[in-house]
Amino acid sequence: MNSKIGYLIAIALLLVAPLLIYPVFLMKLLCFALFASAFNLILGYGGLLSFGHAAFFGGAAYVTGHAIKVWGLPTELGILVGAGAACVLGFLIGLLAIRRQGIYFAMITLAMAQMVYFLFISADFTGGENGLQGVPRGTALGMIDLQNNLNMYYFVLAIFAIGYFIIARAVNSPFGQVLSAIRDNEARATSLGYDVDRYKLLAFVLSATLAGLAGATKTVVFQLASLTDAHWHMSGEVVLMTLLGGLGTIAGPAVGAGIIITLQNYLASGPLGAWVPVVLGVIFVICVLAFRRGVVGELRELMRKSF
Amino acid sequence: MLTDLLGFPPQVLFGQLLLGLINGAFYAVLSLGLAVIFGLLNIVNFAHGALYMLGAFATLAVTKYLGIGYWGALIVAPILVGAFGIILERTMLRRLAGVDHLYGLLLTFGLALVIEGVFVKLFGSSGLPYAAPKELQGGINLGFMFLPWYRGWVVVASIAVCLFTWYLFERTKIGAYLRAGTENPTLLQAFGVNVPLLTTLAYGYGVGLAAFAGVLAAPITQVNPLMGSNLIIVVFAVVVIGGMGSIMGAVVTGLAMGIIEGLTKVFWPEASSTVIFVVMAIVLVLRPAGLFGKTA
Amino acid sequence: MKLFKALATGVSAAAMMASAATAEISDGVVKIGLMSDMASVYSDVAGQGTVVAAQMAIDEFGGKVAGAPIEMVTADHQNKADIAANKAREWGDTGQVDAFAELVTTSVALAVFEVAKQQNKIALVSGAASSPLTNDACIPTGLHWTYNTRALAVGTGSAIVKEGGDSWYFLTADYAFGEALQRDVSAVVEAEGGKVLGAAKHPFPSSDFSSFVLQAQASGAKIIGLANAGGDTVNAIKAAHEFGVVAAGQKIAGLLVFLPNVKSIGQEVAQGLQMTVSFYWDMDDETRAWSEKFYEKTGAQPTGIQAGTYSAVLHYLKAIEATGSDDTDVVLAKMREMPVNDMFAKNGKLRTDGRMVHDMYLAEVKAPADSKDEWDLLNIVRTIPGEEAFGPLSESTCPTK
Repeated sequence: MNSKIGYLIAIALLLVAPLLIYPVFLMKLLCFALFASAFNLILGYGGLLSFGHAAFFGGAAYVTGHAIKVWGLPTELGILVGAGAACVLGFLIGLLAIRRQGIYFAMITLAMAQMVYFLFISADFTGGENGLQGVPRGTALGMIDLQNNLNMYYFVLAIFAIGYFIIARAVNSPFGQVLSAIRDNEARATSLGYDVDRYKLLAFVLSATLAGLAGATKTVVFQLASLTDAHWHMSGEVVLMTLLGGLGTIAGPAVGAGIIITLQNYLASGPLGAWVPVVLGVIFVICVLAFRRGVVGELRELMRKSF
Repeated sequence: MLTDLLGFPPQVLFGQLLLGLINGAFYAVLSLGLAVIFGLLNIVNFAHGALYMLGAFATLAVTKYLGIGYWGALIVAPILVGAFGIILERTMLRRLAGVDHLYGLLLTFGLALVIEGVFVKLFGSSGLPYAAPKELQGGINLGFMFLPWYRGWVVVASIAVCLFTWYLFERTKIGAYLRAGTENPTLLQAFGVNVPLLTTLAYGYGVGLAAFAGVLAAPITQVNPLMGSNLIIVVFAVVVIGGMGSIMGAVVTGLAMGIIEGLTKVFWPEASSTVIFVVMAIVLVLRPAGLFGKTA
Repeated sequence: MKLFKALATGVSAAAMMASAATAEISDGVVKIGLMSDMASVYSDVAGQGTVVAAQMAIDEFGGKVAGAPIEMVTADHQNKADIAANKAREWGDTGQVDAFAELVTTSVALAVFEVAKQQNKIALVSGAASSPLTNDACIPTGLHWTYNTRALAVGTGSAIVKEGGDSWYFLTADYAFGEALQRDVSAVVEAEGGKVLGAAKHPFPSSDFSSFVLQAQASGAKIIGLANAGGDTVNAIKAAHEFGVVAAGQKIAGLLVFLPNVKSIGQEVAQGLQMTVSFYWDMDDETRAWSEKFYEKTGAQPTGIQAGTYSAVLHYLKAIEATGSDDTDVVLAKMREMPVNDMFAKNGKLRTDGRMVHDMYLAEVKAPADSKDEWDLLNIVRTIPGEEAFGPLSESTCPTK
């Protein structure tokens, strides 16, 4: 009940927000909130630290940009193609990565993503260092002009809502329960007869696909895809967003993304512009040392204690 | 000659092999440091690249302010950076005992961002020059290739420090303690060995190795705040290929990967930045625990 | 005659009144949004120094133009096209920014071009080098001020071929800028009767160039052309020296080298290196005076990118002063009409494809013994006339020229 009211308030806020806040900034926030929420599926619920999610985010960004700009696909279809590409990439990298656990899993995903990054640098269709620019926003459903920032915002909000709904459903389904069981005790899950690897792979692919959805949407908003999207710093940032917001909480990653994006935006225009990586690093260190539950996790703990 | 038939004069082939060996030497020393740290702390030290960079900067600073030059820096810089590592271990990493090992990776990732960010802010990112010591400038024409003295020295010094580490771990009493600490720290503690101190020293030693590689690299690349930032990911791949189980495994894999990379640069230069990752993928399919890893 | 003069005066006065009536400063402020790489690979050749340079231009106007205050906002784009596009869009949508300035690296300039085109705002590009910015990728309001890859090719490339360096092998940064530079230089080399034997693409950025240098050595080319910039160029030059490539008779041609890079390479190694520059602090009294002021504020001598930023902003403000308007089309027309005359450029001409045509210079790094101090690094060998450096307008492939 409580969470229902929370959701209603959140929806109401999101609907009126663009009237008060710059819509492009809000769209960026939504894209990263979706990205972090998708990432949380594999780290928070699956217990697997992927350090290579930028490959899916960036891969989908490029494919969508190419599909819309060069192939001339309609915007919605372009985004779906991008997410589909992330799905395939997630399957390939996932197959390799789930062969090892824990720290090795992190290093393998990182290394594979770095390989993908190098491929993007030298591939022709990405435009290398220049990025893939001038992607037209097009129209939604063939009639709503997305060049208008407000229209674009509600389009992005709809995609975010769909993605978020899928994640929330997945987490609360039997699939999500098994995933958490694997995270907590893999051996026990195996002995209960679950095909652990298949669940992990499925979670990884789902996470990759939704991360791709976020990246694809981001391309349409900013009308470009660039190497930044695929760089390992991006992988690190999404870990930070999730960690800061709260691992394994459904709303946490979105909150974390909100904080980080706002902070980056705020710092970039101020005198501390050059210190952004340092500030992010410091937040990382503080989170790990003293704040492992994250914002939402701590709030929840506070509520639990006081009621 | 076969090499000529392939369209590559021997000069290029042998030159690239030497360069591969040198890169391999860096991979070996860095992955060795990672293996030492991982052995006792169960932490993948993401800050390794940043600490390698600190080694190069320490070389610069020591040369400038202490006036002891390259040879002095070779000893002093790893000690200074190792001491810095010990402070990190004592003040931060230690507090992660008992939580998921992944947090160690995340913490050191954050530290890497901070260290590199601060150095970029202080020194910019075009890099500062550092000349090779006079004794090692120039080179010799071996007929089939030109060997710069300094490059040769890097290979010799790296292999020497790897052998020393191997000896330290496999043939001395401290090494025996360290290995025991990897296997069963609680039991070792019960025998009256100061395991926390051992852990700290291991971290310091691993960091010192990274810094040593940094000193060796200073005259080759530039002294650049971001010099370790991409390197560390390649070293991670090397570690996955070799498995973090053994010291010799880390060294052999490092050297071998360097040579493979060097050969790729002859035959297909564009692929040289990805070849190690491809090898990693193949190894994962055929032998998930890594070439020298224990199958878990 | 007298009548004619009076008539002309009357007409122009009427025109001025008309323009004063229609044109005014939007939002009562002239706002310049300057974006640069403040902390990364290009921060010392562009970065904070461009902010100082732009501020110097604003200060020359006493902070006010056509009665309205001049403001400058700055941002660090971190060499990321998405950050740049985001910031530019925000500045234009909500921040009342009238013009974008500096924009180092091609990816950033292209991203801001997209936004500037949509919002019809002026983009004063200084740092980005790729010649496509005023060719295929041009926009009506995009002005490319300081240099481009073609000018670098014409300057350094042809000078070297003329000295007998007629066979080339390139070490090319594996991205569009490197490719543009290689393409432009190859064209010049071949036009002058030279031959291009091949190229090795290297990852961007690379720290160790030894293996690429070996490939270049194996090619047997007389000249190893470095189609890269910044740290890559520095590292490649060092590697070439270490492997005895230079001693064995091959020459290195750095195609985009900045003053701070020369310091990085070290003068001992860099001496004799030829480079094409848009500006050097020690050219005449005017440049020395300006650079001295710059040096007082930054502790370094200015690069061409920094001086070019000053010139671009100054010219933009002059056009506003002259027209009393900050309307894009009005200002742009005036900027094209007036010759660019300041300490950076003499009789520079702004073309309809966006290219600012001005003289470039071929310089050579001095031997350490000939230097008076740590910044006394270059000799200007030759002045390259603007038309020769940037080519005629008819060659431009800009569709809106």
